[in-house]
Parts: sequence; C-alpha cells; structure tokens
Amino acid sequence: MSARPAPAGIDARLLELGEELRAEGLAIGTSELLDAFAALAEIGWTERERFQSALAATLAKSPEERRVFDLVFERFFFRAVEAAALREGVKERTGEDGRLDTLAGAQLDLDELRAQIAQAIADFDEARMRDLARLAIAAFGRSDQAGSGVLGVDVQHIRRALGLRSDPQPQFQPDDPRHHGLPREALRHFEALLRRELERGQIERTETLAAARPLGDLDRALPSGPTADLAAVHRVVAQLRRRLATRGSELRGRRRHDHIDMRRTMRASLQTGGVPVVIKQRPRRPRRPEIFVLCDVSTSVTSASVFFLSVLHALHDSFRQMRSFVFIERVSEVTDVFARERSFKAVSETIASEAGVADVSGYTDYGRVWSEFRVLVEDDLDPSAALIVLGDARTNGRDPGAGDFAALAAHARRTFWLNPEPRLYWNYGDSVIAAYAPFCEVFECWTTRQLEDFVRSLTGSAVA
Amino acid sequence: MDVLPASVDELTDGLRAAGYLPGSSTALVAYLAIRLNKPVLVEGPAGVGKTELAKALAGYLDRELVRLQCYEGLDEAKALYEWNYRKQLLRIQAEADGAAWSEVQDDIFGEEFLLARPLLSAISASSPVVLLIDEIDKTDQEFEAMLLEVLSDFQITIPELGRIEASSQPIVVLTSNNSRELTEALKRRCLYLWLDYPTLDRELEIVRLHAPELAETVAHKLVEVIAMVRELDLKKPPSIAESIDWARALILLGARDIDELTFAQTMSVIVKHRTDIELVAERVGIALAPATPAP
Repeated sequence: MSARPAPAGIDARLLELGEELRAEGLAIGTSELLDAFAALAEIGWTERERFQSALAATLAKSPEERRVFDLVFERFFFRAVEAAALREGVKERTGEDGRLDTLAGAQLDLDELRAQIAQAIADFDEARMRDLARLAIAAFGRSDQAGSGVLGVDVQHIRRALGLRSDPQPQFQPDDPRHHGLPREALRHFEALLRRELERGQIERTETLAAARPLGDLDRALPSGPTADLAAVHRVVAQLRRRLATRGSELRGRRRHDHIDMRRTMRASLQTGGVPVVIKQRPRRPRRPEIFVLCDVSTSVTSASVFFLSVLHALHDSFRQMRSFVFIERVSEVTDVFARERSFKAVSETIASEAGVADVSGYTDYGRVWSEFRVLVEDDLDPSAALIVLGDARTNGRDPGAGDFAALAAHARRTFWLNPEPRLYWNYGDSVIAAYAPFCEVFECWTTRQLEDFVRSLTGSAVA
Repeated sequence: MDVLPASVDELTDGLRAAGYLPGSSTALVAYLAIRLNKPVLVEGPAGVGKTELAKALAGYLDRELVRLQCYEGLDEAKALYEWNYRKQLLRIQAEADGAAWSEVQDDIFGEEFLLARPLLSAISASSPVVLLIDEIDKTDQEFEAMLLEVLSDFQITIPELGRIEASSQPIVVLTSNNSRELTEALKRRCLYLWLDYPTLDRELEIVRLHAPELAETVAHKLVEVIAMVRELDLKKPPSIAESIDWARALILLGARDIDELTFAQTMSVIVKHRTDIELVAERVGIALAPATPAP
C-alpha cells in the first residue's frame, strides 16, 4: 500500500492506472488520459467488459500494448479492491477450523466436485468457475495455511489434484467432458481464477498487499516450452513476416539510393550531350544471404532454439538458402525436418526423437561441436554466407574450443551469436560467451522485439 | 443533422440491420468514435471486416462514404486537392488583354478552379459523411504527418485560399494491416480497435446472415473447418469474406454436407496459394468424413 493517503474518486484511480501503465512502458500522454475520461463519460460502468474496452481503446494503441494493458488493468483493480478491503477491515467470516463458513458443514464429495469443475470448464461458465475455484481451494489447498508460498506451485498442485487435463482421458464416460479433454483456453482461465483466489487468501492472512512487481520482460518473453501456445508463436511469426515483407519501402530520402550507377548515368547523359544532368542511382536491394544456423537443443535452451528455428524457416523467403543444424554433444543437420513438417510441435518432437545429437551425457560440448561442424560445412561455407549460433554458451566446464570457432567465423561473411539468456547472466557460472564474443556479433535474444531487431539486421538491405 | 445512436446497444442493432455483426468491443469503439468525434484506427489481419465496418457505419447512419485508398506514393494532390490548371490556363487565355494581372491572379485561385480530392470533399461536404482512409500503413510517414491536421482539427490549409474548416463533422475510420508501425502522433489522435478473426459462434452468425439458404448443419461444419484452416501456418489464411463466398458456393452446388470430396472440389475458394492448398488438403482433408455415395 502506498504511504500517502490516496485521493478518492475514480479520477484519481484512473490517473494512478495511467501512471502504472507508463511504468510498463506504454506511452500515455495527457491527451490519452483526457480521451479516456471523455470515453468513460459516454458509457455505462455497470459492465466490466465495456469499461475495460473503452479504456483500452483510448490508452492502448497496438495489440502488444493491449496485452500489457489487460494485465495491468486486472492487477490494478484487483489490488485497488483488496487495498480498500484492508482499509475497511472487511473480512470473510471464517469457521472454527479456518475454512470458509459455507463449507464447514458440508462434507464435500471430491469426485462430484471434480466432475462439476470439469463441466463448468467445458461450458466456460465464468460465474460457476469462480465459485468452484474457491471450493477447490478449500478442498485441495494445502491444509497448512501457508501453502507452498509460491502461488504458481499451489495452482498446479490443485489442478493436478482435480485431475484437469486438456488431453483426452478415455477412462471417463463418453458424455463426461473430460473424456475428450477440456478446452485449453478455459482451463487456463480456471487456473487464473484459482490464482486470484489464492492471492486473495494470502492478502487476507498477511493483511498486506505484496509489493507491486512490474510485469517485466519475463511476461513478454518469447513463447517457450512445448506448452507455449501455438497461437502465440504463429502471431509472432506472422507479424515478423509481414514486417519484413514491407520493409525496405521505409527507407526514404537520402538513404534510399546512395550509390551512383555510373553506366546508366553515362547513358542518360547522351541525351544531354554528355553532360550528366540526370543522375541514375542504384536501388538498394534486400540482402538475401545464405544462412547456416546452429542451434543448441540441450534442455536448458531447447524451447527457445526450436522456436527460433521455426521462425527462421517461416521466413524462408527472405533467404537464398538456409541450412539448420542442431547440437548438444554432437551436430546433426535438420534442414529436412523443417521442409517436411510445418507445425512447431511436430518439429520439436522430431528433433527430440530423431536428431541423435546427445551422445552419452546429454551435456553440451561446444569444443567438439565446433570441430565436427567445421569438418561438415567448411567446404560449403562461402564468403557471403552468414553463420548464426543460438546457444547459452554454457560449456559445463568443458573446453570452449574457441580456436575452431574463430576459424569458422573467419570463413563466413558475418557471424552472429544469439544468447537466449538475459545479459545479466552472461559469463556467470559455466557461461563462456566472452570467449566467443571477439569473433562474432553477440545478441541478446529472449523477447520477440529482440528477435525482430536481429532478423532486421540480418536481412538489412545492401547494394546488390 | 442526422440522428446519432443513443447507446451502444442501439448502434449494435443498427449495424446488424446494415448487415454487419459487430463484436462487443467493435460496437463500443464505434460508438465512442461517434460520440467523441474522434477518428478510429482499426487494425487486424486481412479480411476481418475492417473496411466493412466503415461501410456499415455509413449505411446505418445514412451518410455518404468517402473512401481514400492509400498506396505507396500517394501524395497531397491525390488525397487533398489539386488546382485544375487546364482550366486556369483557359481562364487566362480567355481573359481579354485589358485585365490587370492581380485581378486574374485572384480569379484563378478561387474555389472554382479547385479539384477536391477525397479528404477535401469529406471535409467540405454539406452533410456529414463517413471518411474511410483504407490501408494507411501503405503510405509513407510524410503522408501520415499531413493527415494530422485533418484528423485532429478537421481542417485543411490551402496556401492560396486559407483554411477550410469542416462544415460538418465526418466520422473517420482508418484501417491498417499493421505492416509497419504507425507514428505515435497519428495513434495519439485516434481511438484504437484491434479486430481479430471472429469466434466460432460469431462467424456462424455472419455466415448465416449472408447465406441464409445454407443448411444449419453445413454452416456449422463450415465455420469449424475454416477455424481449423486458420490454425495452420498459411501464407494467406481465409478471411470472413471467403467463408461467405464458400458458403455461397456450397449453396450453388447444393451440398448437404462438407465431406472429403466436396472439400477437395471447393477448397480453392478459401485457400489461394499452391503451397497452402497442399498443406490444407493434407491436414484438413483427412479430418473430414469420406464422401458418401449418392443415394
């Protein structure tokens, strides 16, 4: 809670919301806030959805901003309500054993509860899901008050106890929604409700609000893990592709043409008796490099690298030729896998099962990888090619083999290293990124924006 | 002055009557745009009804729709106004040599010699219009900057004539496919609406509205298949317009069910890239029931 007494009224709240949005990096100017006030004057406030979309229409001006807005909005009003409840000393009445009064007497039939929750999720019945979330916490939450202390862990604990899964569970009757598996979207929503209720309980117990944490880049990080939703991956890819397709027309003015085409200028000057009145310039053409991608797929970075590979393949049109390799202890080429499979999931499964890159220990061995890779591609690596390495440069204490890497880098025109770890962790522990840094351009790459920046610099236009 | 909607629900019903089924936030933002006199920036993938929204608004409010289609290289002469210089020339020649230069000059820079382009005609129209600036992301940033005056103050400055202010407030809808980041200044002046592909239920409703002859079960299956196709990583996912086209095609063919055969024959209505067709045939085709022999 803030130390100074908060001014009352919705106006003040809205300004605070604006402050919080600014803290998350949204450009909210005074004019936006004025618009928001004007918009709120035009609509009824009884419907939460309308209230939220009216604010969003005036304050959040891109899909990305809208996503951040929704997160902040949720958090802000939840916290505002809880803070007010704390001030007023509002509490839920609790029974002797600390459980909710309403539940104290009733003996819960756990199987019945499971079935009801599954049904509510299948129907996407918001109100019932909310009620049942509370019941579920009462029934399956840790009996000791504090829980595990980490909300996410508790949520998963309860979800497992309820047996809620999105994949089909054939042991149930065919008319049971669980037989076919529950809709993923609704399941996630239920988890969010669980989390909310747990959080509410925590605030009530400790009688303080936890400090507001900024959303931080972690919430905006690249979709990762096999559980990451495909839709997010597709959105990223689709947007990247569109951006890259239209890029180039953005170059204007002097930057658009800066090389004189002598031949065409001379020819044009014939019309004017040899005086070069009209200067012809060479248009810039997008560079279409030949690309070799090397991806670390050891467990520490798998999700990021497979995602990254699939992005590159989706952008295949932008490159003349592209070959991809994955490695853990050894190197293996997977260009075909991407040509064959187009779904992200299938690709990551195939790579996991077929590539045969882990030999014995399953730990990355960079030194060995470089020497093997050098044998594999040294002849093909022509001076116009780009070499991209995606990995965390964690050698598990083995020899980094920087000499071989330097030789590879010398062959390629440009060498990039993408590190999916935040810069903060570089060179800590067994990370030896500093050993490779002199031979390549190192990028930090763990959010979509960083990825986009990188792809842009890779396909950056040059005179053809 | 025409009647403005008094509530969001009224606008929703009005748009429905005009053949457009708005989502809840679409109706809300459109309502705010009308009430607050602010332009709306509509973004979203191709074919989700961004342009249609403007048309439906014009239809519902019974206003004329002025459309400015943007493209690379669009300039003021084509968007705002142009001097009709042939006419000016004629005027000068027709003038007997007695007239003083200053008189002629005053003469030929009058409204008579002005060719109004979409933006100017939208602003100077006597009755209010709906102005649609389509695919704003196709133009360059300079053009965007030029729009700012129009969008925030609804006025245009012509050096020779002075300022022309809007005699009526147009409703402005800008659409963008998000192929480049628009400038902050432009976004600041607009309300923002992100349109995405509709949910199954809404799309079903849309298809039923535009192709009422299609049997309920077939329509149901159709939207499910479309949703499935959109899930795939296609070069060009099918738009709402294409689902409607497909529904109409199925009516023409008298299809009573979407089975493997019908799908293979009519797939080209919704998928329009060779590689996409292969992918869709492979992934979606097999999910459908094999063709039943005709009775």
